[in-house]
Amino acid sequence: MTNSPVLHADNIVKELGSGAGLVVAVKGASLDLVPGELTLLMGPSGSGKTTLLSILGCIMKPTSGSLFIADEKIDGLSAESLAKVRRDHIGFIFQSYNLFPTLNALENVRIALDVRGVKGFAATSRSEEVLREVGLGHRLTSYPGNLSGGEQQRVAVARAIASSPSIVLADEPTAALDSENGHAVMSLLSRIAKEQNRSVLAVTHDPRTLGYADRVVRIEDGKIVGEERRPEGINAPEITDLTKRRKLHA
Amino acid sequence: MVFTLALRNLLHDRVRLAVTLIGILFSIVLVAVQLGLYLGSSEMITANIARSNADLFITTYGAKSFEDGGILLSDRERHQALATPGVEAVVPLVVAFAEWRKPSGGSSRVVLIGADADDHGLVPWSLTQGTLDDIKAPDAIAVDRTYLNELGVKGIGDTAQVAEGRVKIRALTEGIRSFTQSPYAYTTLNRARQLLGVGDDKSTFLLVKLAPGANVAKVQKDLAKRLDSADVLTKQQFENRSLTQWLFRTGAGLALIGGAILGSLVGTVIVAQTLYSSTKDHIHEFATLRALGSSKAYIHKVILAQAGLSAVMGYILGMTIAMIILYASKNSSLPLVMTPGLAFWLFALTLFMCAISALSAIVKVTKIDPATVFAR
Repeated sequence: MTNSPVLHADNIVKELGSGAGLVVAVKGASLDLVPGELTLLMGPSGSGKTTLLSILGCIMKPTSGSLFIADEKIDGLSAESLAKVRRDHIGFIFQSYNLFPTLNALENVRIALDVRGVKGFAATSRSEEVLREVGLGHRLTSYPGNLSGGEQQRVAVARAIASSPSIVLADEPTAALDSENGHAVMSLLSRIAKEQNRSVLAVTHDPRTLGYADRVVRIEDGKIVGEERRPEGINAPEITDLTKRRKLHA
Repeated sequence: MVFTLALRNLLHDRVRLAVTLIGILFSIVLVAVQLGLYLGSSEMITANIARSNADLFITTYGAKSFEDGGILLSDRERHQALATPGVEAVVPLVVAFAEWRKPSGGSSRVVLIGADADDHGLVPWSLTQGTLDDIKAPDAIAVDRTYLNELGVKGIGDTAQVAEGRVKIRALTEGIRSFTQSPYAYTTLNRARQLLGVGDDKSTFLLVKLAPGANVAKVQKDLAKRLDSADVLTKQQFENRSLTQWLFRTGAGLALIGGAILGSLVGTVIVAQTLYSSTKDHIHEFATLRALGSSKAYIHKVILAQAGLSAVMGYILGMTIAMIILYASKNSSLPLVMTPGLAFWLFALTLFMCAISALSAIVKVTKIDPATVFAR
């Protein structure tokens, strides 16, 4: 089944700084995200992957190129309009979780709904529901300081999916986690993509995550240098072997 | 969630919250005391005018206040006033500073007020001991209980010398304070004239009572025409003139208002400083909110809620202390006054002060780049 892309980026360029300090962080990147897929954006440090993620997440504006989300052209929108696009279509997961230390797990999820105008009982029950989905039904009233790194990241995942966004963007979601928690979070992201039919894009340089990817996009020096896709019928853990015989596309 | 996050942000750093609340508290107490003194002073300055049974006051030309009338009006002016259409009654009143010689030696000054109770012009209004009839006795005088020590007497029955004659305390009032710190001493009209050594037809003010249905403005104009050596003022005009004299020409009122403004400014600066540093500390959380898609208005609401919560908590604490100070000043010679109106305006001022304080924090968050969420 071919899904139409929910996000389409075409020839994205991003220049940072000016004059002698000008750096071209992203050099003509094009990318589609389709529902039901977990895509990994992999590359070495400084390759421009987080900058590209920021642009795809409507946090940063590209210098040139076009970005469409749910068929809406994004370039040229004001900061407030971009915030609305994020509210309506995108859920974020951050490397350092970025939870509010003064709010408990339930409230951390509720606030993501609150900024979207979902309030009261509807917000509370939805927050409980997603926290149960990520296996934290017993930690609703725990504060981030009392949660392990893996639990905190799962709260962040719950927060990202609470508003049922069509796109979930994750920045190094396993970087601060041990192996067991890293696998648990990746498994969760994979399930979100498959079972909830969302587009999940994770920026990572963690090889442990490869086994969960439907697609791996390689970026080096601001350019997308390759893309590989898991063949039909191969279960998630086996894809790690594919890395040894990956097919790079120019 | 806006209030939850705002409250948690405030409670997260208790020391900073304490500094904020102390800033607001001092500000509120300072403003409440200054404005309380202003109101208390205003009440003292205008009390005798406000309690007089008059539609118009005839004063000597240029009289600056109730205590500054001189004793220059005579029966001539009184009869001219009585002959003016619309005037029903004209009651003479004597008011003058006089020396009060204490029985044990030494002296102080009083403001002697001579008026006959039967004229219904001006009588002491809060007698706690003695009656208006007692004040009619030939040597009688009424003073306020607050000033007994200052006047060197203990109470009813004690005697003293006022200007040219002896007086006996026959009645005591409660709460009639004097802004000039020279206590008011009430006696009959003729007794006051005798004590002050002025003629039988002399008076300081003429209190004009109008006939039912008479037009105040018209009668005031007619009286002013007839009495070219006097001023004809409504109660409100005379109150304003007295307030201007004592509060503004002496600088006392400006000092009180200046103190109140300074208090507000200090409070604003302290709250602005703590709100700004709180916002700076939580800047990554605000950036996260922005990355999650919140509008700027949502974040502004969080900061304004923090300011509002600080205002409410600071106001409650500040008013509690202000009320204690107010209670403590109750029996002093310069009691503070708190009215529901002043309490309301103080609350409005606190909210305004905190809202203004939030501006620097709002400017700070307005510049947040949500991309910083990836930099942590």
